[in-house]
Amino acid sequence: MAAPVAGSRIAPRRVPGLISLVVLVVIALVTLLGPWLAPYDPGAQNAALGAVGPGADHLLGTDNLGRDVFSRLLAGARTALIGPIFIAAGTTALGTTLGLLAGFRRGWLDAIMMRLTDLMFALPGLLILIVVVGIAGGSYVTAVVALIVLGAPVDIRVIRSLALSQRELAYVDAARTMGLSDRRIMFRHVLPNLAPTVTSNLLLSFVFALIALSGLSFLGIGLPAGTPDWGLMIQENRTILDLNPWAAVAPVLLITITAVAATILGDKVFERLSAGKELTA
Amino acid sequence: MDFAKVAAKRLGAVVVLLLTLSVLTYALLALAPGGPEEALLGDRASTPETRAAIRALYHLDEPFPVRYWEWLTGALSGDFGSSIYFRQPVLSVIGDRLPVTTTLAGFAILLTLAVGIPAGLAAGLRRSGVLDQGITFSTLVALAFPPFGIALVLLYTFGVALQWVPIYGSDQISNYVLPATALAMGQTAIVIRQTRAAALDVGGQDYVTFAKARGLPRLRIWGSYSLRNAALPVLTVAGLLAAGNLTGAVFVEQAFSLPGLGSLLIQAVNQKDIPLVQALVLLGGAVVIAVNLLVDLAYMVVDPRVRHGASTRAEA
Repeated sequence: MAAPVAGSRIAPRRVPGLISLVVLVVIALVTLLGPWLAPYDPGAQNAALGAVGPGADHLLGTDNLGRDVFSRLLAGARTALIGPIFIAAGTTALGTTLGLLAGFRRGWLDAIMMRLTDLMFALPGLLILIVVVGIAGGSYVTAVVALIVLGAPVDIRVIRSLALSQRELAYVDAARTMGLSDRRIMFRHVLPNLAPTVTSNLLLSFVFALIALSGLSFLGIGLPAGTPDWGLMIQENRTILDLNPWAAVAPVLLITITAVAATILGDKVFERLSAGKELTA
Repeated sequence: MDFAKVAAKRLGAVVVLLLTLSVLTYALLALAPGGPEEALLGDRASTPETRAAIRALYHLDEPFPVRYWEWLTGALSGDFGSSIYFRQPVLSVIGDRLPVTTTLAGFAILLTLAVGIPAGLAAGLRRSGVLDQGITFSTLVALAFPPFGIALVLLYTFGVALQWVPIYGSDQISNYVLPATALAMGQTAIVIRQTRAAALDVGGQDYVTFAKARGLPRLRIWGSYSLRNAALPVLTVAGLLAAGNLTGAVFVEQAFSLPGLGSLLIQAVNQKDIPLVQALVLLGGAVVIAVNLLVDLAYMVVDPRVRHGASTRAEA
């Protein structure tokens, strides 16, 4: 390990995690404050102007209908990020609960969970989701709910295998001997020990959801055309790459930067929290 | 358990999977707004007679199991009905578009293996070196980069900024370079990670140390011991890659306006062309299931432990 830079108190190995955290906090703030920061109404058209590149009036230029790309990016952060936050929370809650129950209780629930996750792993889930939501004319909310279900199997499997090894440990026996209920042991004693994994699952689910949901928008599924949204902006503006590339490239970069930052943070949080804990699945 | 028993068990599971997939696929008809009749009529003018004809043709008045059975037996003999939009048998519509997607997918798989395995080995051999860190970070970015995003950045860089390739155009093989690259990026990252982990794992095993101690040449050690053992975990992700390839092709074809099965699926979904969608979903699912089966069988051939009943995949 390299020695810390003189005058700095931050160990070099913590730099990537910290940068990621700062990036995510800035993106979250911008998402919340977007409506107050946007210089233009994201829906305001200026057909006479059309698509122009970045300039003094429009920081990142305009799209085909003369709408301000920067303002649309700010407004689009909401649908692009809030959905994935809900999906990540939902997937983690569902996957952790079911995985914990399956691994700790075993029995018929475990058998069902294993077969069900086997089934979901064996089919091209995202493809089926695109078709189902597309055919049913599903809304943004439908897509969010469907992605919660689609993401759960990974969490179920990971948490289950950890719960399996935890239930053999002495503290679980001790708690049993004291007459604590299964539910109490699972959620008050075992779950806290799985915190590193649950936290990193949360961030990884967020990355999966961010890419999947913006992908659905890119295909024109879920959100009505014209909504300011990162995925939809990529779809709508891919034909004006020669006039104003930023209209499509900027949302691509934002999605990727957010996903990379969340992945790195997930790794680092896991390393940090699991230091000193035996957590090998 | 012997080979035949294990193989029979896997085949049984495959049949169950295919049936589940087909029920799901058939149920799509019921999902369409306005019900199956409207979906199958499309925008054709309808008289009570045509409606009755449609109901009879698709057995819509029969109970669900009968309807499903009629559809399934038809599908099994290659009859998926007619596309509502193209007014042609579904299979011939698919046949027209198939070469585009197979070229794209084949090209992408070639790229994935040609880049992924050497890069993974290189990273695994010099653990924590600059090269390893660089490669590991690149895979992280590649995995977080959505395929349609990569497609767009490639289009801008090589089509608009450098003007090396036409943005949209002819169907020469050079047209597939950018789409295949966009499709291959995420998969390559998975193969690199898997190969790297396998190389690290195998490199530390006793039999490798022992082979070194016996003074075997390095090439021999790699060939007979390391690569063969490292092949197993790499094989495991093949099923994952097949599914990723299919889904990725949808996004990439859409981004590059390639007339393949992926863009056909999106078009069919948007036009609610249900018979076409059903055939495409069933086809895609069957490909993924078949690849997974092949992986399992290959496992049994490569690894005697699996053949003798010790499961390595089921509990993973």
